[in-house]
Amino acid sequence: MELYFAGIDVGSITTKAVIISDKKRIVGSAILPTGFSASKSAIDVLNLAKEKAGIKNIAISRIVATGYGRNLVSSADRKVTEITCHARGAFERIGTALNLIDIGGQDSKVIAITSSGKVDKFIMNERCAAGTGRFLEVMARALETDLENMSKMALNANSRSHINSLCTVFAETEVIGLIAKGADRDEIASGICWSVAERIAGMAKKVGINDLVYISGGVAYNEAVINALKKQLDKDVKMIDEPQLNGAYGAALIGL
Amino acid sequence: MSSDSREMWAELGLNMKKHDELLSILGKVYPEIYHKQNNRPKSMMYFDFVISEIHGLRVKELIDHKNKGGKVFGTFCLYVPDEIINALNGISIGLCAGTDFSIPDAETVLPRNLCSLIKSFYGFKSAKICPYFEVADVVIGETTCDGKTKTYELLGNIHPVYVIEIPHRKNEESFKLWRKEIDKFIEKAEQITGEKLSLENLRNAVKMNNNKRLALQRMNSLRWNIPTPISGKDALLINQVAFYDDVIRFTDSVNKVADELEERVAKKEGTFPADAIRLMTSGTPYAIPNWKLHHVVETSGYPIVAEESCVGSRYFSELVNENADSLDELIDNIAKRYFNIHCACFTPNDERLDDIVDLYKKSKAKGIINYTLNFCTPYLVESQKIKERMDKEGIPFLNLESDYGMGDVEQLATRIQAFVESI
Repeated sequence: MELYFAGIDVGSITTKAVIISDKKRIVGSAILPTGFSASKSAIDVLNLAKEKAGIKNIAISRIVATGYGRNLVSSADRKVTEITCHARGAFERIGTALNLIDIGGQDSKVIAITSSGKVDKFIMNERCAAGTGRFLEVMARALETDLENMSKMALNANSRSHINSLCTVFAETEVIGLIAKGADRDEIASGICWSVAERIAGMAKKVGINDLVYISGGVAYNEAVINALKKQLDKDVKMIDEPQLNGAYGAALIGL
Repeated sequence: MSSDSREMWAELGLNMKKHDELLSILGKVYPEIYHKQNNRPKSMMYFDFVISEIHGLRVKELIDHKNKGGKVFGTFCLYVPDEIINALNGISIGLCAGTDFSIPDAETVLPRNLCSLIKSFYGFKSAKICPYFEVADVVIGETTCDGKTKTYELLGNIHPVYVIEIPHRKNEESFKLWRKEIDKFIEKAEQITGEKLSLENLRNAVKMNNNKRLALQRMNSLRWNIPTPISGKDALLINQVAFYDDVIRFTDSVNKVADELEERVAKKEGTFPADAIRLMTSGTPYAIPNWKLHHVVETSGYPIVAEESCVGSRYFSELVNENADSLDELIDNIAKRYFNIHCACFTPNDERLDDIVDLYKKSKAKGIINYTLNFCTPYLVESQKIKERMDKEGIPFLNLESDYGMGDVEQLATRIQAFVESI
């Protein structure tokens, strides 16, 4: 009989759950908005992941919670920081020394992982939203579009506007100013994605860059940001499989 | 606090409404942070009492001292030689500088991009919410950093201030300047107190302050035992109270704590499990009531066993050589002792890196958290040198930058926990 382990990653915007078997195979997963009650989302997301696993009366041997809301998951057997969980998840998939860039809703981090899977160094953005998913969300709203389309617009642009402000509030004002001046929306979108990448690349250089650079978190789907990162780091930046689930997957593995 | 205290504060001209607010915040924060700890040494009761009377009894003692003709010197830095003040029947008090409560008032005058400590102390004076400030006959400033240096000019408009110049190089010429500054300070202090420095009164003051440092050394080195017999938070409190309590009573109380800790060590009794990951800190001072870092670290389950800080090892690790045949020689010994404090205001300051490695080894810590107040340029820049050295030594190292606000507590906790998970 197989045993099952769950990881729950309570992020600032979405809550993720991954259920793995003792053979490290993902049998079910789910993503829900975190909403107002992180503890309720944690319960809901695990139930949904169980449903998706489609295994009758599935029993979970151990639950590991991670993410900024990890302490709100009362059913968790263990709470581990997202740094360690992301590193664990990425190392399981890649199996060698690497850098992992995770761009989450509220914070971004760059982790240097050793060839034995240990966290060597890490850096997180300071308390503001600069260089995070939230920053992109606010800017997309200012451009009256959504995240997916903003990435497409940025890729269409022939050149890019300069966004100087790192602060989300100031950058939004800057973007509104550019719109008022009649700047090309695609170019503004490109400038926004470039500015996030610039911030992240700075963090990555501080930590020290390996040959292999992977990215996780929801922003991994943003091609424009990835392209900008590749240019600035002068390295290939690959998306880790199921990037939004990486933290929860790592958490489940830690429970194993 | 008693109604006597209220009368006293009103007489000192405090802003009673704001001061009440401040005390009510402190009254809530302290039990939350301190009383909820497990297995505290019983001898910490004295320090609980000191805090419960933080603006009461001690202030009254100072007023009594003044009524008997003594003087009170307010200070903000380790470089101000307490021995000279004490020898001249003066009391030296480290003034309030550890809460963001007073910062909004300071920011009506000072720029926002200035370290919390400077803004906090300026606000305590400008908002009239620190009884110690109002009791102090003079504030002794110093030129350790640009922020302080320029703020003392502004402070001089609202309080008597005397500034000692701290050189920034550790060479012979600088020492000569420093020695001259001490002489000038003696002249000033004699003028303020109306007393005259003698070999005898200075020697007594040197002994008294050395005894205080010895007690602090004793208590702090007992923290190095596994398991650690006292929480980092309690030890920090003792290191903070050192700046404003009566020297002899304080020394006695610290020795009592040390006695109890010795008994605990003999019984292998600790405040944290023996296998808890031990951490030490390096960096900027923790002015009372700034307990934020220690609280976040220790509620995560990791004891702090040493602080390389002005409120920590830099304060007590060096003694003044008591052997001197003349007053001049003893003053020279004092000058040497203070010149040998390894503050980031000096360049170069590589001795500080050795101090950190040394304390790390002695305290049997498993990692170092380098904590710097936002906008503290000397310490922030020097952090890179520490990082490079710790990398070379293979010592796990985490850099944190923060202020007095509570907005980043969760993010700090995540960084600290992730750091420990990686050790």
